[in-house]
Amino acid sequence: MMRRIMLALCLIVVASAPAWAAPDIQRWRTDDGTQVVFAATHELPIVDVRVLFDAGSARDGDHPGLARLTANLLLEGADGLNAGAIARRLEQQGARVSTGSARDSAWVSLRSLAREANLDAATELLARVLAGPDFPANAFERVRGQMQVALRHGRQDPGTVARRAFMKALLGDHPYASPPNGTEAGVKGITRKQVEAFHRRYYVAGNATVAIVGDIDTRRAHEIAARLTDGLAAGEAAPALPPVPPLKASRTVRIPFDTSQTHVLIGETTPVARGDERWPALYLANHVLGGGGLVSVLAERMREQRGLSYSSSSSVTAAAAGGWFQVGTQVRNDRLDDALKVLRDSIDEFRSKGPDADRLALARSNITGSFPLNLDSNRDLVGYLGMIGLYGLPTDYLTRFPQRIDELGRERVAEVVSQVLSPGRRVTVLVGPAGVIGADEAADADGEHGGGA
Amino acid sequence: MIARAWILAGVVAGLLMLAVPASARDWPVSETRLDNGLHVIVREDHRAPVVVSQVWYAVGSSYESRPHTGISHVLEHMMFKGTKNLKPGEFSEIVARNGGEENAFTSRDYTAYYEQLAADRLETAFRLEADRMHQLRLDPDAFRKERDVVLEERRLRIVDQPVAAFGERFNAVSYPVSAYRQPVIGWSEDLHGLEIGDLRDWYRRWYSPANATLVVVGDVEPKVVFELARKYFGPVPGGEDPQPPVDRHMSAPGERRLSASDDRVRVPHLSMAYEVPSAATADDMADVYALEVLAGVLDGGDGARLAQRLVRDQSVAAGVGAGYSPAARLDTRFSIEATPTSGTSPEALEAAVREQIAALRREPVDGETLERAQNQILADHLYGLDSMFYQAMRIGRLEATGIGWEWLKGFEAGIRGVTAADVQRVARTYLTDDRLAVGVLRPGGGNGDTDEEAE
Repeated sequence: MMRRIMLALCLIVVASAPAWAAPDIQRWRTDDGTQVVFAATHELPIVDVRVLFDAGSARDGDHPGLARLTANLLLEGADGLNAGAIARRLEQQGARVSTGSARDSAWVSLRSLAREANLDAATELLARVLAGPDFPANAFERVRGQMQVALRHGRQDPGTVARRAFMKALLGDHPYASPPNGTEAGVKGITRKQVEAFHRRYYVAGNATVAIVGDIDTRRAHEIAARLTDGLAAGEAAPALPPVPPLKASRTVRIPFDTSQTHVLIGETTPVARGDERWPALYLANHVLGGGGLVSVLAERMREQRGLSYSSSSSVTAAAAGGWFQVGTQVRNDRLDDALKVLRDSIDEFRSKGPDADRLALARSNITGSFPLNLDSNRDLVGYLGMIGLYGLPTDYLTRFPQRIDELGRERVAEVVSQVLSPGRRVTVLVGPAGVIGADEAADADGEHGGGA
Repeated sequence: MIARAWILAGVVAGLLMLAVPASARDWPVSETRLDNGLHVIVREDHRAPVVVSQVWYAVGSSYESRPHTGISHVLEHMMFKGTKNLKPGEFSEIVARNGGEENAFTSRDYTAYYEQLAADRLETAFRLEADRMHQLRLDPDAFRKERDVVLEERRLRIVDQPVAAFGERFNAVSYPVSAYRQPVIGWSEDLHGLEIGDLRDWYRRWYSPANATLVVVGDVEPKVVFELARKYFGPVPGGEDPQPPVDRHMSAPGERRLSASDDRVRVPHLSMAYEVPSAATADDMADVYALEVLAGVLDGGDGARLAQRLVRDQSVAAGVGAGYSPAARLDTRFSIEATPTSGTSPEALEAAVREQIAALRREPVDGETLERAQNQILADHLYGLDSMFYQAMRIGRLEATGIGWEWLKGFEAGIRGVTAADVQRVARTYLTDDRLAVGVLRPGGGNGDTDEEAE
């Protein structure tokens, strides 16, 4: 019944999109204030659970890497069990558990068989891990060391070096400037006490979202969500972050690196946060410029017409406190100037004129038509449900988003692009040989670059 | 209720065999073969009104020889540059307009093309794929531009990535004779020398229905898919069934080492690879399942031996992984990749890994370890069904490597049937020094791990 109603709506509103019904999403709060988002899917006897906290690197404070280190340590010892015991007990049940963190959140993901004994055992263990991590001293030292090795490893990858420099130049001293994987100096300085305090403050029921997808009914979903959070202190949601500020001035960051290609990133911050009504227009516009794979403007101009680059793309990000727009490519060193001209002209033209009507129509039918492809697995779905909970998006977001895209006309899209992007204040990052990129700006003080001698 | 189940699981976990649901065991698929030789395989999955369509050609870098390495991958790029009926780029545009996603990938044993679409648009994918199966237009100007794009891809993925550049060389050392020694993207010198005529020959030789498998997974009825396949692929001329090149095999070639330093490198890297049979080359399939379980014992998750012993107990590895993929046409590798902790030498890490391998040869694994590895492998097998794309990949890969998708039907029984003695036996047979290649990549010129980021 539900499906038929949705289908009718789709046919009326999204004429160009295939008939499609978003999964039935349920949402509630536990007694302690944790938001729960649930969708039943019965085709496979498996369950995916993701527990998210507003405890990403935006909460690092003066200790870049603190949020990631805390998340990484959750499975390293809890409630008297050591890391090996936790892992082996989960694996014995066939469960997969992992942790992660980004700017806005940290999370624990569980994938389990739906069979009651397996799911109960995995849930129970996960609840113990969330509520009572021990942060053992030896594990703390070891995991901190692993993070430092990973950061050092990142310095040998020109793409990583470019992305870190870009975000740093873009975000200045906003909390988002703290990289999710930290900095070498930052990680080195973190103490166990800081990790414990971070966990105490942010891993609380009032700051949590639980997303559940899989082969269980609503009653079981209620039980699982309650069990996962009942060991957590009630606590409070983390305070809102300050808005991401606009760029004050253009800036070029040049980082000498012994590579055969120069890595280029160009972009700026935007005021478009998650839930902003301009997001669908910005998303659609970006799809035309460089988000639509081989049919986008940038891929056509850089790759198809000129053979300058394997990959040229653009992206827009909307986070809790604002967003950013970036264009990126890698180009052989002797063609850098050509590439920069193509990229800059394309951005300028895009900002002043907005997308071409034919391309816009193509992008619209691609996004609306392919939207169900993003939701065809439990794993994809649990990611979206977590996002809906974390950012407080409407429950019908997955149904509404393609409809909004379909309703957007060229004028509205052009208007949003010209509002959101500046007339020309941008950060440009160039990572490549000194003789190619020029060297009129000193290397950044934190030295997170380098490469060849 | 929950608490009781927990205690129960904790007490008897060592005795319980994980029950894998029937849906994972049965693996129902439908298949047919068209008159021109095209093999069509359909797997129904009605979770969402979408479909994935993949065309697999049995040709890849292991079919190549110098000076034409990389030609399969370049041809893959050219498959998007127009046909007698379509302008360059039009293929991608039509798929995009139909709300689809498409791309392609090339590997050692296959070149595959895919579309993901709403289920009612499957016809679009078939029409386009059938067209480029025999009507490709190989234009010299487009080829020159695309070769530049591939050279940029090579710089991006390999030349400027010290570990990948090392991996390319280590690969050649670990396969002293096999065609697997060649990089999929091709040696740079060969790419520069390729000509349009070479591509035309390659296309004529390998792109025929008889050398292809069409795999469809999604919200479809097999009967309808077969009809559509006959309608669009039926008219493609058959051609001969080309024979894959025979491998010049050299078993247990002796221990080899590659030692390299690179000024760009900040963290040392250790690669170890044993030459082992694949599901296509094994005399006894029991060896393949036992090697899978052995990989699970070493690296089936954080509870497995390498993470427990090398990362947590001994603190010699910052990261370590072991892997074995039996879906290969030729003998393949059992690989271990590791990064030492700060202050640990690559040699010390190598010695620690060798000790773990020696332990597997020396004594049988205990029952709990064996069962945990088996449970995890079978659970992962089930979780793989969550992705339609991955289901199609599994089928296509097994077909293109000559193993056949039916192999999946025996998978659970095969894994379950592995005993501790089997694991010890394959460790003794295959994880031997004369099958081993060791590669060590070190920082050059003072970029060692004392080099701190200045703040």
